[in-house]
Amino acid sequence: MLVVVLMWIVSMVTFGIFFLIPKATGTNPAVLFAGKAPTPDTVKGVEIKFGLDKPLYEQYFAFVGGIFTGRDFDNGNDKTHCPAPCLGYSFVNDQPVWNEITSDLPVTLSLAAGASIMWLVTGTAVGVLSALKRRTIFDRAAMGLALAGVSLPIFFTGLVLLDLFSYKWGIFRDVHYVGITQNPYEWAKNLVLPWIALTFLYAALYARLTRAGMLETMGEDYIRTARAKGLTERRVIARHALRAALTPIVTIFGLDLGQLLGGAILTEYTFGLIGVGHLSIDAISRQDLPVIMGVTLFAAFFIVFANLVVDVLYAFVDPRVRYS
Amino acid sequence: MTDIHERPALSPTAFLDVRDLRIHFPTDDGLVRAVDGLSFTVERGKSLAIVGESGSGKSVTSLGILGLYNKRNARVSGEIYLDGQELVNASPDAVRALRGQKMAMIFQDPLSSLHPYYTIGWQIEEAYRVHNKVSKQEARNRAIELLKRVGIPQPDKRVDDYPHQFSGGMRQRAMIAMSLSCNPQLLIADEPTTALDVTVQAQILDLMLDLQQEYNSAIILITHDLGVVAEIADDVVVMYAGRAMEYGTVGDIFYSPEHPYTWGLLGSVTRLDRERSERLQPIPGNPPSLINVPPGCPFHRRCRYEALNGGKQREIRPDLEESSPGHFVACHLPVEERRRIFRDEVATLL
Repeated sequence: MLVVVLMWIVSMVTFGIFFLIPKATGTNPAVLFAGKAPTPDTVKGVEIKFGLDKPLYEQYFAFVGGIFTGRDFDNGNDKTHCPAPCLGYSFVNDQPVWNEITSDLPVTLSLAAGASIMWLVTGTAVGVLSALKRRTIFDRAAMGLALAGVSLPIFFTGLVLLDLFSYKWGIFRDVHYVGITQNPYEWAKNLVLPWIALTFLYAALYARLTRAGMLETMGEDYIRTARAKGLTERRVIARHALRAALTPIVTIFGLDLGQLLGGAILTEYTFGLIGVGHLSIDAISRQDLPVIMGVTLFAAFFIVFANLVVDVLYAFVDPRVRYS
Repeated sequence: MTDIHERPALSPTAFLDVRDLRIHFPTDDGLVRAVDGLSFTVERGKSLAIVGESGSGKSVTSLGILGLYNKRNARVSGEIYLDGQELVNASPDAVRALRGQKMAMIFQDPLSSLHPYYTIGWQIEEAYRVHNKVSKQEARNRAIELLKRVGIPQPDKRVDDYPHQFSGGMRQRAMIAMSLSCNPQLLIADEPTTALDVTVQAQILDLMLDLQQEYNSAIILITHDLGVVAEIADDVVVMYAGRAMEYGTVGDIFYSPEHPYTWGLLGSVTRLDRERSERLQPIPGNPPSLINVPPGCPFHRRCRYEALNGGKQREIRPDLEESSPGHFVACHLPVEERRRIFRDEVATLL
């Protein structure tokens, strides 16, 4: 329910921004829609096709309706069909926005899936070790590295990685995306560098969170109880402390992953990966408004959806939420 | 008079025999002497109460017996014999194997002491399965049986509940069920009733006494509640600043206490049979910091009768000396003087 309301609000705001603001500033949205430097004929055609002469609410309903049923853009002599889910139609690339997004989505999905697993594993592992070896050299080194990780922008670490691995050592030369179904090895090989770059950024945060969580949990009374039962320290840590310390991580992980699925703009751009993030950059530079709008809605959907998943998952991991 | 600190190292006779236990924690501010030369014994089927103010070292003592101190920041010396086996110098693994099996602990706050993410049943099963090679189903049956024994209604259903679904009293019952899972011969209860309301307190104490008779276990009860002590204990150690001030049977401590600190504790208990106009007699001052325990008797700064100590030097630490068989007191006051003060001045006020 909340998801529907949220998506509705997001769609209204997005719609408002892209249709109202050009109106308020006196520019013709049809000109913006038609892309850079359009001919007057194109503008006229776009205006009629989109029904920009119609009242705003009608335009909004037509847009929302298109998402569910698809819609036809028609100005009498030029008819374009945009099948459901129609997020708009890019006249620059002459295809539905949905097709553009879905064709770039595998790259973004691959990037997010691999990176999220890598950062979740390394982040929590380093965090747990740091907490258990608190104030040792390992702890200080790991936390120092983590500080660097959260501070350095992705394009910096990305470029350093590219410089070292691709140009200096030639390990991952000629990085380009290969589908996982085509060649899983090439797929992974070409994504390793962006995965590492993202892992460096996110794992740093997760390591710090896990460390703090573990230190707090290890001081809890129920950890003392677990030890009093005669459990091995290994089991106390793995089954009792970690179980409690990782619970908040679930929330953050869901949200981070949702955000990343909407396009990792900087990472994709740095590594030249043509994903959803790259698509939005291209759209912005070409003022391809339908695409910007579509991608925005699409990204918003992932974030809202991730929130929902996290809520459901949280009830699963924390029984106190489930029964209250 | 016998000095139990200098008792020859005979082979231990008591079931639990703690000798000259010292637990110190080096900190940046100095050495915290949480327990500083404590000795006592407990037999099976008997209960020993350790009483004292907050910070007197009661809880550290209990954790020390179980070996639940952090090896990195605690310095432990002395001897602890459990059924003849020495624990202080035993390997951590050997002590761990005894924990939960031969000696178990009941903690003060059952809500924070139970893991919020696991069911009551799972937690009891785990305690049972660490020390017994049994199937999951057997462990579960054992958990249900234990919950039934401690008086949880519908144990076969409640076994799958989480701690937050239990009431405070039921949580403490579940905690007791967990500690009993392996039939421990020594049960240490650290303020088991403090977090509970009064009617539930009585039920829990009754339950513990019942179970003690059933399993013939030795109980160490850590408390600051003298009412609980009177109800459950056979012997009492009165602790102050990490040391025993007085040690004797519950009759010795309640009816012929000889240490001014014990008098103070007894004087600060509310009683229904007292005149309403009578005020409680608090002990003046605060317990000393365990980093800077005053030399000599640690209680001397708060002691009303310090001037009567017969000219003994303040710097000398009084040893625990037997004033009558089985009744030990660590006080510089001459025995006759102590008894006179109690008879003439203190007893009337209690």
